[in-house]
Amino acid sequence: MAKIPNTKTLLGSKLGPSVAVVASFGVWGVVYYFLEPLSRWATGSIPGLGEWPRLRNAAAFFIYEAPKVLMLLVLIVFVVGVVRSFFSPQRTRRLLSGKKEATGNALASLLGVVTPFCSCSAVPLFIGFLTAGVPLGVTFSFLIAAPMVNEVALVLLFGLFGWKVAALYLGTGLGIAMLAGFVLGKLGLERQVEDWVWKIRAQEGSADEILPWNGRLRAGVAAVGEITGKVWPWVLLGIAVGAFIHGYVPENFLASLMGKSAWYSVPVAVLLGIPMYSNAAGIIPVVHALIEKGASLGTVLAFMMSVIALSLPELILLRKVLKPKLIGFFVGVVATGILLIGYLFNLVL
Amino acid sequence: MKKLQVLGSGCAKCKTLADLTAKAAVDLGLAYEIQKVTDLIEISQFGVMATPALAVDGEVKVVGRVPTLEEIKKMIS
Repeated sequence: MAKIPNTKTLLGSKLGPSVAVVASFGVWGVVYYFLEPLSRWATGSIPGLGEWPRLRNAAAFFIYEAPKVLMLLVLIVFVVGVVRSFFSPQRTRRLLSGKKEATGNALASLLGVVTPFCSCSAVPLFIGFLTAGVPLGVTFSFLIAAPMVNEVALVLLFGLFGWKVAALYLGTGLGIAMLAGFVLGKLGLERQVEDWVWKIRAQEGSADEILPWNGRLRAGVAAVGEITGKVWPWVLLGIAVGAFIHGYVPENFLASLMGKSAWYSVPVAVLLGIPMYSNAAGIIPVVHALIEKGASLGTVLAFMMSVIALSLPELILLRKVLKPKLIGFFVGVVATGILLIGYLFNLVL
Repeated sequence: MKKLQVLGSGCAKCKTLADLTAKAAVDLGLAYEIQKVTDLIEISQFGVMATPALAVDGEVKVVGRVPTLEEIKKMIS
């Protein structure tokens, strides 16, 4: 009789994690494939909903979107967790030091997407980059791209709007990071960095860790536990708000307020977004519902980018290393970029 | 006397790392001194760009993640 390995020995053995991961991918695929009929059946089986069409609409929205978005989230967070195990801030810094403008800005923006980054370590990272000879503008490209092009946002946009909008978000996010960093570099603002920063003599830092594949898969699983564990309540809350708007707000209700014809809607959206700080996971289901009710994509995207890219807590941290004037330029250049994107989308789509 | 420094600006992971490190040192029966480095400037001087991080006698051993208890034991012994 064949011995069935239990999960513990499976995970402990050499091939364990990869087998477990492949099996999980299989289960994921099957469930995702049957999600729509399943959710329709689940909505239909709630008694008495037929008499309440609005509540029914809201419930149908929630019952389908919540598991779908959470599943996409788990998948992408895992993949990004594995990809990120190949990049460390150290390695990124080595790739960027001494790079010229333009190429440097482009490379920094791309690396900003895949390098593990938390806004709580924005300051050490900023100092680490500058003291290693990464130009100021290139450093800014990285600091803008890292929070703005967010994997959670990307997957939600893909899940709720399709690949075109997701690609536009990725492309424009990278574009803003490159251009804003380039402009900030050209302005010659080196003296607007607090003076002591240039005097820091930092250690080399530790050497890169080289992880085996098992370790990388574990990093992916750890990322799922950590990120998904943190954002799921926000996702559910966001979808609940989205479901409410979906069911109860009349069609085209927002068209006059947040539609294409309202020229002021884009700047207002950007301004509103700066002091707000939410994670992408919570805000996108709301965005989805807003668009359904007549808000234009450009306006809503500008709002979203402003909320994610310009956050007050991060600005307060950065104030430790940047003089107020440079903070002002930073916010100004990034906000202008978002503004242009918002108008562009409203014009083109 | 081992000097153990946990680098991080006070996130949840930094606390986990500090607790684990103390536990590892106690398990090994080391004479140690543990210090939390929360100042961002001091953290930068270690050349650390992602937190949490652990330095043993001034040398950075791990950056940007919380290692397992066993790993920490190897780093500090």
